[in-house]
Amino acid sequence: MSDVSPDAFIDLAGITKRYAGVTALDGVDFTVNHGEAVCLAGENGSGKSTLIKIISGVEQATEGTIRIGGDAQPVLNPRISAAAGVMVIFQDFSLFPNLTIYENIAFSTQLTGGKRLFERGKARKVAQEALDRVGVKIDLDARVEDLPVAHKQLVAICRALASKARLIIMDEPTTALTEKEVSALLGIIRRLKEDGVAVIFVSHKLAEVLEVSEKVVVLRNGKKVAEGPASEFDTKSLTRHMTGRDVAEARPSPVIADAQTLMSVRDLSKDGSFDNINFELMSGEVLGITGLLGSGRTSLAKALFGLIAPDQGTITVDGNPVPIGDPVAASHARIGYVPEDRLTEGLFLSQSIVRNVAIGRLDEHTSSAGFLNMGGLVAEAADWLKRLKVKAPDIEAPVQSLSGGNQQRVALARWLSRTPRVLILNGPSVGVDVGSKADIHDIIRELANEGIGIIVISDDLPELLATCHRILVMREGKITDELAGGVATEEKLAHSLAS
Amino acid sequence: MTTPNQKKDFTRAPEFRLLIIAIAVFAFMAVLSPDRFLSPQNLTSMAFQFPEFAILALAMTITMMTGGIDLSVVGVSNLSAVIAAIILTQFADPTMAAGQSLMWLGLAMVAALCIGAIAGLINGSLIAFFGLPPILATLGSGLVFTGFAIAMTGGSAVMGFPEAAAWIGNERLLGIPVPLIVFAVLAFGLHLLLTRTAFGLRVTMFGANPLAALYAAVDINRMLLKVYVIAGMLASVAGLVIMSRANSAKADYGSSYLLLAVLIAVLGGVNPYGGYGRVVGVVLAVLSMQFLSSGLNMLQVSNFARELIWGALLIFVMVINTNGLAVFRAALSKPTKSS
Repeated sequence: MSDVSPDAFIDLAGITKRYAGVTALDGVDFTVNHGEAVCLAGENGSGKSTLIKIISGVEQATEGTIRIGGDAQPVLNPRISAAAGVMVIFQDFSLFPNLTIYENIAFSTQLTGGKRLFERGKARKVAQEALDRVGVKIDLDARVEDLPVAHKQLVAICRALASKARLIIMDEPTTALTEKEVSALLGIIRRLKEDGVAVIFVSHKLAEVLEVSEKVVVLRNGKKVAEGPASEFDTKSLTRHMTGRDVAEARPSPVIADAQTLMSVRDLSKDGSFDNINFELMSGEVLGITGLLGSGRTSLAKALFGLIAPDQGTITVDGNPVPIGDPVAASHARIGYVPEDRLTEGLFLSQSIVRNVAIGRLDEHTSSAGFLNMGGLVAEAADWLKRLKVKAPDIEAPVQSLSGGNQQRVALARWLSRTPRVLILNGPSVGVDVGSKADIHDIIRELANEGIGIIVISDDLPELLATCHRILVMREGKITDELAGGVATEEKLAHSLAS
Repeated sequence: MTTPNQKKDFTRAPEFRLLIIAIAVFAFMAVLSPDRFLSPQNLTSMAFQFPEFAILALAMTITMMTGGIDLSVVGVSNLSAVIAAIILTQFADPTMAAGQSLMWLGLAMVAALCIGAIAGLINGSLIAFFGLPPILATLGSGLVFTGFAIAMTGGSAVMGFPEAAAWIGNERLLGIPVPLIVFAVLAFGLHLLLTRTAFGLRVTMFGANPLAALYAAVDINRMLLKVYVIAGMLASVAGLVIMSRANSAKADYGSSYLLLAVLIAVLGGVNPYGGYGRVVGVVLAVLSMQFLSSGLNMLQVSNFARELIWGALLIFVMVINTNGLAVFRAALSKPTKSS
């Protein structure tokens, strides 16, 4: 690394970011040197995405200074940031699936070049150079939508290189990769570092990338809680810093031995999503379903609630078949579904907290004349909010004013008020703070004790181990493994996932 | 959902701004030409004029609450009126006994309402089951409805009704113009429907986030069908009022009412993306528009210029509502980009 300058490539000092009352970042210092790989670790909601947005100019810091290559940047916007060589590779890669590899790689360089016409020959050359730099041989003319995930990621990296990246920020780079693909990625990262390109890994699971990193920075609740050479961290200490405690969460209490079969799924298939899924759920059981991104776990979850119509198969609850592909019928069969994305799927953000809960129980509170009994409806919703310990100064305030953890409880309250038999939780603690996460896990265990069958879909392995009696592993649309929750360990589960 | 503790400062509600606007327009016109604008004749003629397009604005309101729109309202109201008019002219004649002609009038009205419901069912199905965007579905269906009305009448006006038919549009009950009573009843009904029933709450919530409504197991198709059926039936009531007032029905009456209905709903604070809207706001917007319209009339502004004013006003209000006044301030003092 001869061409590394002594100065930092990017240097953030005292960065504070406040959104309407919420402090997302609180006085964070953060430095990345040329050719250095930094792990930015933190749980969901710790402020790491906010930090990335500030570095890439998407959001402006409330306080603090930013220097790129030694120059102070009082007003950083995405264009300035990109011109300085800061490139972000998001989890979905933001590629154009209908274009070829070389078009994708050369697209932004051609745009910023100010040319009005797309120059094919030059574009191919630019793309080839970028691919050579990472030392990978793939067909320039292949269409991106036909590529496997790992290659799409390569294309995204090459696009960043073609745009003269000095710092590549990778958001959750390993979530969709198998173990083999991860080690290939690490090789590429090493080459980039030799070229003087700096890398920031952003993730809540960083064990895999520790070996190519120089430095680790851990955020928790908007504050920097740990920083040091990567060699000083391991999975355990990372988790401790991220969560602020040793993870010794309770395990689920065992299912009653003679529990009744509650839900049974037979031969459920949907072309391109999942294939021949069979399982049973006992009453009082918490069943985990996990898999890498794109393994079909979310499609399966949606199909169980009727949001996706499977091509074939049956679902029964208490022995009665549930019409497939119809969420209204599923809810009548007392299946509940708390979606993964609270903000777009789960909640009516602009509507009041109480309405967000009450929407599930409107018919039960309608008088024979057709009018709503507002008092009863509000009282019942308020009661559920209290039971789930939602901290809200005013239940008539819009639900978007709540923190992630409280929002998730509102989503839960809506379904619990309908007294479901089967509750499907997709990513129950995505984007909630550590305290709320433990509370939500407690709620899950309590509900199971009351006899509700719960399906937890998650890629958060500690979460699965803390809540589930049984864990199904999915890969390429099939159930490939089944582990008993009581005896599984995180390593075993991780291996089953990604091997 | 209004609970006791929500009765906060009502001056901060968006509808309060509308109240100020309505009063301001009224006062402005009154000052500009006090003897004519404030004359009893003018005030009553206004009360007879606005209910027909105000009812269309109610139809627009409920569809906009879902994030949709109904561009077929004028087509539906004319088709309903034409059907009612044909029944009246075919089966009832002016010499008929009062009881008999009332019966035919009742039948004609029921037929008109059925047409409105069927038209709404068609719109709702196109949107719910075939997934068409409401703006295109109703644009197309509106042309079809108008086309039917033209085909049935050959494009000319249908007239010659029994005397009773003129009652709805021209008479008074206890000194209050009947069209105004019809509008008041419908507006209050819609207000109750939107704020006090499960259906109304679902409409609002669906408008706020259709995807979340799907995930909350709201029966979306049924709800959308209902919304467009209600809009269609409101449109047919408007058609009957127009027919009665004009004492005739024609396929292309009220063509300027479509823009006006959209304008009133938006001016009334209904969010065209769905999720927010209050009938009281729409009523205040109706009043403002009528005051403005009468005033422009008195100032002898040409009818053509009036459409131009409506269009410009619609765009202006939408820009303000979606961006706030800040957008203008920002546009005036845009910081120069440093790069």
